[in-house]
Amino acid sequence: MEKRIRVLVAKPGLDGHDRGAKVVARALRDAGFEVIYTGLRQTPEQIAEAALQEDVNVVAMSILSGAHPHLFPKVVNLVREKGMNDVLIIGGGVIPETDIPALKEAGIAEVFTPGTPTSDIVEFIKANVK
Amino acid sequence: MDIVEELLKGNRLALSRAITAIENEYDEALDIMKKLYPHTGHAFVLGITGPPGAGKSTLTDKLARAYRAQGKTVGIIAIDPTSPFTGGAILGDRIRMNGLTMDEGVFIRSMGTRGSLGGLSHKTADAVKAMDAFGKDIIFVETVGVGQSEVDIVKAADTTMVVLIPGMGDDIQAIKAGILEIGDVFTINKADHDGADKLVREMNMMLDLDGMMTDWRPPIQKVIASQNEGITETIENIEKHFKYISENGILTKRRTERSKNEMMDVLQSSIGSHITKKLIDSGLMDKYVEQIKARETDPYTVVGGIMKDMLK
Repeated sequence: MEKRIRVLVAKPGLDGHDRGAKVVARALRDAGFEVIYTGLRQTPEQIAEAALQEDVNVVAMSILSGAHPHLFPKVVNLVREKGMNDVLIIGGGVIPETDIPALKEAGIAEVFTPGTPTSDIVEFIKANVK
Repeated sequence: MDIVEELLKGNRLALSRAITAIENEYDEALDIMKKLYPHTGHAFVLGITGPPGAGKSTLTDKLARAYRAQGKTVGIIAIDPTSPFTGGAILGDRIRMNGLTMDEGVFIRSMGTRGSLGGLSHKTADAVKAMDAFGKDIIFVETVGVGQSEVDIVKAADTTMVVLIPGMGDDIQAIKAGILEIGDVFTINKADHDGADKLVREMNMMLDLDGMMTDWRPPIQKVIASQNEGITETIENIEKHFKYISENGILTKRRTERSKNEMMDVLQSSIGSHITKKLIDSGLMDKYVEQIKARETDPYTVVGGIMKDMLK
């Protein structure tokens, strides 16, 4: 059996809008990935621990509340602290262009903003997953 | 990282990596299983099965909390279906168990069926062993939402709980063969919905008609998992069953049967892959397939010949 790409799709923080996360989860499923969907209102600690237990290759987060400058880097740090250095961490949601360089600096591999075709996300994961 | 050494020391990342190696059949998986095997056989394995939407994950969450309150450590393997078309899967059981994530005494792993049709994945039993060796006291195996005949769970679990909900059909459903025969303990979830009492009556009727019934009559418990109602009683039923099978030699018999199945599974897959490889390497595979296709010979004769040549 070949290696299968496993992706954790999570919604950190307090906004209750998971439509986008679900659309992405479905697109990743259709691309042949195993998607662990953890749903709404996750703390960074919960996301990092779930990533460890599920041994995922990718953590994909969606935020629409504006809390991304705080929560995204926190997840990166917690995941790395657990010894998962190869995990690709990506983000999406309503994120101003001006915030993106800082997020990338903090270890978010790519940020996908509204209007991105889901195929772009699939291609990015395939090209960058370790 | 030495996965086995770290796993046995209680390193959760090592357990996680071990399950990945097992699931993906990496080369090192065989070695990992060999080394873990002597450390297995201590955990109690509880199977939870039932139709989609019956509340298996919610129930698992509540039962796991109750066992944690008793001070027991818990492993959970939650299985969801893999798409037969893309190989992808949405593994969504964790959503109902998010409250357990930060409890260090709980380890949850989601698995896709990856082509297996019996309600588990091919590697579920080995993942259970990894959690067993890790030192979990109780391991929940939550099957995919099943229909009527996905009963592999009985081979993997010490006690099997079947979760049902009202409103899924008339009483003829209750006398059919399949998952209703494998319940050691029955749980009627969403018991606040119409028809719960009727379902209990029908289930009792089914059990009354069971000519193969042993001294153990599977108890039927009404539960509202989302409100934590009936959980204590369900735990009591599970524990009564475990006590019953322990005292009557049934547990030993089940585990002996499991050891035999394990050996036969490994034997069959090893022989199968050994012969397949030889056939491909020697070019005989294509030759035989062509001959069979042209009706010059038949699969039975070909296999008879292979058996004679290779297994002398």
